[in-house]
Amino acid sequence: MEATIEVSGLRKRFGSTVALDGMSFTVRPGQVTGFVGPNGAGKSTTMRVVLGLDAADEGRALIGGRPYRSLRNPLSHVGALLDAAALQPSRTGRNHLLWLAHSQGLTARQVDEVIEQVGLRTAERRRAGGYSLGMRQRLGIAAALLGDPPVLMFDEPFNGLDLDGIVWIRGFLRSLAAEGRAVLVSSHLMSELQDIAGHIVVVGRGRVLADASVADLIAAASRDRVTLRTTARSEAMTALAHAGATVAATDRDTLTVSGLAAEHIVAVLGERAVPFSEVTAHRATLEEAYMDLTRDAVQFAAPGPEAAR
Amino acid sequence: MTTGTTTPYRSRRPTGRAGFPHLLRAEWTKFRTVRGWVLAMTAAAVVIVSLGLIFATGSHSSCSIGTVEVACPKPPTGPGGELVDDRFYFVHQSLAGDGGITVRLTSMTGIITYPPPNHDKIVSGLVPWAKTGVIVKDGTRQGSAYAAMMVTADHGVRMQYDYTHDTAGRPGRVSAASPRWLRLNRSGDTLTGYESADGTQWTQVGTTHLPRLPATVQIGLFVASPSDLTVEQSALGGSVGQARYTQATAVFDHVGLRGTTPGGQWSRDDIGADGQTDWQRYHRPSGVRESGGAYTVTGSGDIAPLTDGPPIERTLIGMLAGLIVMIVVAVMFMTAEYRRGLIHTTLIASPRRGRVLAAKAVVIGLVAFVAGVAATAITVPSGTRILRRGGAFPFPVSSLTELRVIVGTAALLAVAAVLALALGALFRRSVAAIITAIVVIVVPYVLAFASVLPDDVTRWLLRLTPAAGFAIQQSVPEYKQVIGNYAPSAGYYPLAPWAGFAVLCAYAALALGLAAHRLRRRDA
Repeated sequence: MEATIEVSGLRKRFGSTVALDGMSFTVRPGQVTGFVGPNGAGKSTTMRVVLGLDAADEGRALIGGRPYRSLRNPLSHVGALLDAAALQPSRTGRNHLLWLAHSQGLTARQVDEVIEQVGLRTAERRRAGGYSLGMRQRLGIAAALLGDPPVLMFDEPFNGLDLDGIVWIRGFLRSLAAEGRAVLVSSHLMSELQDIAGHIVVVGRGRVLADASVADLIAAASRDRVTLRTTARSEAMTALAHAGATVAATDRDTLTVSGLAAEHIVAVLGERAVPFSEVTAHRATLEEAYMDLTRDAVQFAAPGPEAAR
Repeated sequence: MTTGTTTPYRSRRPTGRAGFPHLLRAEWTKFRTVRGWVLAMTAAAVVIVSLGLIFATGSHSSCSIGTVEVACPKPPTGPGGELVDDRFYFVHQSLAGDGGITVRLTSMTGIITYPPPNHDKIVSGLVPWAKTGVIVKDGTRQGSAYAAMMVTADHGVRMQYDYTHDTAGRPGRVSAASPRWLRLNRSGDTLTGYESADGTQWTQVGTTHLPRLPATVQIGLFVASPSDLTVEQSALGGSVGQARYTQATAVFDHVGLRGTTPGGQWSRDDIGADGQTDWQRYHRPSGVRESGGAYTVTGSGDIAPLTDGPPIERTLIGMLAGLIVMIVVAVMFMTAEYRRGLIHTTLIASPRRGRVLAAKAVVIGLVAFVAGVAATAITVPSGTRILRRGGAFPFPVSSLTELRVIVGTAALLAVAAVLALALGALFRRSVAAIITAIVVIVVPYVLAFASVLPDDVTRWLLRLTPAAGFAIQQSVPEYKQVIGNYAPSAGYYPLAPWAGFAVLCAYAALALGLAAHRLRRRDA
């Protein structure tokens, strides 16, 4: 079986709310695919449809070419962490994994292996209700790894984790992808995926806004932008805006200018005698690329950083 | 976009097999790893045993002679081991070997003392099952084997034998204008009864084999008249039964004996008589008068199975508490999945949802059955033994019936647990599901047992609600030839044991089907 997730043309409504509006993308093996979008963009719903928990009104979702519900021992095909809190609190972590293993015809030895893998050895015989959020995430990841599947899906695995936990998960995801697995990781914060995702699917309002490698995304977002360092920020903004550029303040003495070439900017500032120390072609961060793409897709947008300043 | 050189991951482990047995094992692991559920199921079994034994130990019957308290005499036991009533007036001779008796009955009259509505008079009349006729009996000991041909007050001619067996003949009352001829023949261990309107045209009513009948038996005339029973519903619930003394008198003529009768003399015995009523003392005692070949015999009592007394299932008094605990556990076994979203993990592991529900039902059913059978297998035999030692005489039943009560009660618990689980899946909330399960299973039973409602209403409840399943516990059958208080409160159900159990099973299957449909159709 090929280690892929293929989602094509998924549509789903909950009453009058459109949750998925033609969601289509493919997750390929050997890299971490970031699944990014604001809350309510349809990330969790897409994952639930892929896992057969929700039925789409239209479209299809396939794991290695097969619908999830047709898989005979699904945990050997896909491992998923949807909600780390979905536990019976009075059951121990080990027993939680044990019933899952039994449901797949797997053995207690495989349970011990994944416990070792996620570092839960010392807590395995404690009631899961007493676990910290980080331990629950580890337990959820252990559950996802139980069948040693070639495809993995993690929904917001960084939520509520401390820094140690985040570092651990990032390393873990990277190594899983390096083994040749297809790894889909959803997040509402692009920054969490920086450095680990090789590919990004950006979604908003139930559809894909961008589906590209990280390098391509950054290149696209960097185009036509210039970073300007100046001590006279407001004069520079007025002058450049007057000249037809779009200006955004990114720091106390830094502006991002688009819609005007670098030589034009230098000319405009020289003409008005606005001091500046540096003009460089801008290299966008993943975060900026994301903000660009999702600006229109954020459903309940908070006041942007410019307006707050 | 391609990822170029990456080789897709391949697990080196052997993949597991995920069939239904694995699903069962997974659900069993789920059950046994929540300590609260295991403890609750154990507690349910312990409650059934301990309440049953406490009830049996606390039950004590005593009788008094004058002011002296004595142990109650054990009621006589019939050939089938059942407790019986065996009191009647008997005019008899010994019959050696084969032979028979023929009589003509020309009159059957009687009195009933102080019947309702005013309870102030002794009236003439017969209770429906007053009976008189000819009988062949293994001696005069109470409870011994017999066969009899008789005329009853309201149920026509009957052939009855060994207390529980009853075959109908021609209907109608006996009178001088419409006499009845009765004949009873013994040939080896075969007894055959005939009736006739004129003494020439005979019709066979029934035949039976009584292999334990000795070579020499007592043969003759008998009269019995059971007590007049009325059951009144009291306004506050419950019912009060009253039994009043009655007496019947029959006139026989054309009495003909066939066969070897060594004594050649009629003996007379008031079988099972204990003391005399005022009516017998001052007006008419039991007995026989002969004049011109006609015998006028007067007697009281009944030859029939006993129908009151504690049945063995009464020892399962703690079953209701155990059932409620099991309902709660069964509901939680399902709703715990929904409480924290564990159902998603379950359905991701086993996408075929109907099978998940089936596996859960099998596991909770088996757990309830095993806990139940462990409890009932202890409670029923030892409770019955303790009751007997305490002077109460629980109805002896065949070991097959006892097995049915023991295993059936466990099966009842199991199916009720499955129904509760299905309700849990339908409601997805513990409280609503638990309340519904208790309302449909436990409440109708409690209403019936407490006889808060009129008997007819509770009978319908015990036909139509899942509580019909409690019928599986009924160990003592209803006898149509005995008028008794066959109320639900006395342990008599309107449906036969397995029919009642089938009603409960139908409800469980329906609820499970609805739950599976809903689980499959809706997003999890």
